[in-house]
Amino acid sequence: MPGSRSDTCATDGASEGHEALPEDAFHDLAVIGAGPAGLAGAVTAAELGLSVVMVDAARQPGGQFYRHPAAATRATRPEALHHDWPTFTDLRDRLRTGGVTCLFDHHVWTVTRKAEDDWTVHALTGDVDGVCEPGDGQRSTRVRARAVLLATGSYERQLPFPGWTLPGVVGAGGAQAMLKSGLVLPGRRVVVAGSGPLLLAVAASLVTAGAEVPELVEASSYFGYAHHPRAVAAQPHKLTEGAHHAKALLRHRVRPRTRHAVTEAHGTDRVEAVTVARLDDAWRPVPGTERRIDCDAVAVGHGLIPQIDLATGLGCATRRTADGAYALALSPLQETSLRGLWSAGETSGVGGAQQAMVEGELAALAVTFRLTGRRPAPLSRLRSLRRRRDRMNAFADAMTATHAPRRGWTRWLTDETDVCRCEEVPAGRIREAVTEYGARDARSAKLLTRAGMGWCQGRVCGWAVSCLATPAPAAPPEEPPSTAPDRRPLATPVPLGALADLPDPAAPLAPADPAAPLNPADPTDPAAPLGPADLASPLDPANPADPADLLDPTEPAAPLDPANPAAPLDPANPADPADLLDPTEPAAPLGPADPAAPLDPADPLDSANPAGPFGPASPLDPVGPAAPEPRLLPPDPHLPSPAPHPPPHHLPPHPTEGQPS
Amino acid sequence: MNSPLNSPSKPTELVGAAPDPPFTITFDGRRLDALPGQSIAAVLWSAGILSWRTTRGGGRPRGAFCGIGQCYDCLATVNGRPNRRACLVTASPGDTVTTQEGNGHAGFEE
Ligand code: FES
Repeated sequence: MPGSRSDTCATDGASEGHEALPEDAFHDLAVIGAGPAGLAGAVTAAELGLSVVMVDAARQPGGQFYRHPAAATRATRPEALHHDWPTFTDLRDRLRTGGVTCLFDHHVWTVTRKAEDDWTVHALTGDVDGVCEPGDGQRSTRVRARAVLLATGSYERQLPFPGWTLPGVVGAGGAQAMLKSGLVLPGRRVVVAGSGPLLLAVAASLVTAGAEVPELVEASSYFGYAHHPRAVAAQPHKLTEGAHHAKALLRHRVRPRTRHAVTEAHGTDRVEAVTVARLDDAWRPVPGTERRIDCDAVAVGHGLIPQIDLATGLGCATRRTADGAYALALSPLQETSLRGLWSAGETSGVGGAQQAMVEGELAALAVTFRLTGRRPAPLSRLRSLRRRRDRMNAFADAMTATHAPRRGWTRWLTDETDVCRCEEVPAGRIREAVTEYGARDARSAKLLTRAGMGWCQGRVCGWAVSCLATPAPAAPPEEPPSTAPDRRPLATPVPLGALADLPDPAAPLAPADPAAPLNPADPTDPAAPLGPADLASPLDPANPADPADLLDPTEPAAPLDPANPAAPLDPANPADPADLLDPTEPAAPLGPADPAAPLDPADPLDSANPAGPFGPASPLDPVGPAAPEPRLLPPDPHLPSPAPHPPPHHLPPHPTEGQPS
Repeated sequence: MNSPLNSPSKPTELVGAAPDPPFTITFDGRRLDALPGQSIAAVLWSAGILSWRTTRGGGRPRGAFCGIGQCYDCLATVNGRPNRRACLVTASPGDTVTTQEGNGHAGFEE
């Protein structure tokens, strides 16, 4: 039986001989998630000499992007459904040789910390695929580490429409996941619909695997990218990737139909057809443009939402992305607002596998420096990773803005359309909670209607409920809906026994020292010791706009004491960038004020992008001419107050409890 | 046998799957071929079966939706245990899967 797997990645996750991890084994780094970001982070850190443990719910590495058939299917060409397979096999091989301890089939449900270098990752193993009866084989395990890298990826955003609960209507990512690992299709004639670049990949996979895609329906217009020529031009590999999918689609004569949406699915026991309608700029269906298309499946999704619940449970600062979702607010070297907790991949903003791998590697270099004082060698590697990451961020922002759902989509809902699939709450009941009972946000709508209170804890319906519950803005319809960041104290259903097992129920979830979350002084940042004056020095007259080039990689780490990475934090140190922050505002990142501000200020040296709307310039992050990421956010009323989190026994009831009788 | 939906079994051919001989599981008494390593949801899909539970409130049919363990729409009764996410459970020879009705507790109140 698939029990917990603890092995040193001896095989492709199919190792038989797994010994239990000693309960008190203390690793340098725990990586949560074995997708592109987690893999890159784990192998890099391991190769730099850290002891690394990687935890993932799946039974083999790869995450959703490199999801592939189980070894038992003996697939000889697993690459047929991937276009970047060698990158994965390389990472997998390095995982093996680097001695990373891999814990597959481990579902992480919470992370706690005793100190900034003492973390515990709590996971369930064994029969955890059931949600009702804790199985006999279910066991909880703990992994302790000096630092944690969160690489949990994202999940799919769904906008409901009449008929979307019919069997045969499946997530676009879900259809691809089932195809990549289970080698199955939901139907023969599959309409692909929604918004975002994932649709192209999904449609390409489906047609390659033998399905017919009568229609590929994209709600946005690709012209959105034209507003960001620099960001697009800087990402040639994205264009190659697009061309790869386009080739497959062209071969099967699939042409994306933009500014259209599936507004209804028809059928009784399963989907038989859909209605496709044209959308106006606000995504309202245009009357009279409806067409009926026969199909036996629909793969639908509206982009991805960062899965950050483990971090928000710890009180990490977040930032709004261009589509109104929340991602983690990070330092220039991928650290969250909690010192010692790092993030890479979609958790820091949805940007695709390449970006995830760059961020994973970058985070690993930074963690290694923090823990060992060893500078990345060569230092130029760090600089180029940061530059690539920043360029990719700029592209990701353009992509997110282009495909961001517009509010008019709610026009295609009828009052009878179930919005919450688990609790079967129709749109009419949520509208009633707003108009009759005064709900003004997703939380009150949830309490009044039970939408989002079922098994999935709002992962599927949360976005839609927010759109319905927040008053229509006076602002233009492009305004993203106001949604609160994920606040699920538990990332997966957990038996109460496991909660009771928590070492100290009160301590672990309490927010850390209010001073700590600020963490703007990044001792691992080689740029930090340089003052603004250094940056102006004409070392590279050919490219004065790129301050990264001004860093001399051969120069010893002058102000940094490599043996003591904490040195720059010393308040006596005049170069300490922390001095730039107002020490009277220790709670800022956790409070309702702009949480991201101190973390990633606009590039002061990019004359094309003055700090402008993004806040005060700061020499904290002098890297790269790429457009600064708009990581600074308007005040967010939904952000939690810095009040301590409730202790675990206040957590929501087990999903099977409190069902309507 | 391959279902009309996935016939011929294109995805398995595409990746050059050369598995051990298929084994059998049953769904509501019907025998289905399963490839080693496939999830129960995948086995059901490859037989053209898209729904294997009915909802608590409206008694409506549901099957796999997210495919990755997030949505809990794919709950099934497997070997007598209700509420298992079929997209996460790897099929084993002889598994008995039955349609789960409502909250899955019918017949389980002992
Ligand atoms: S299909 Fe969503 S949990 Fe199984």
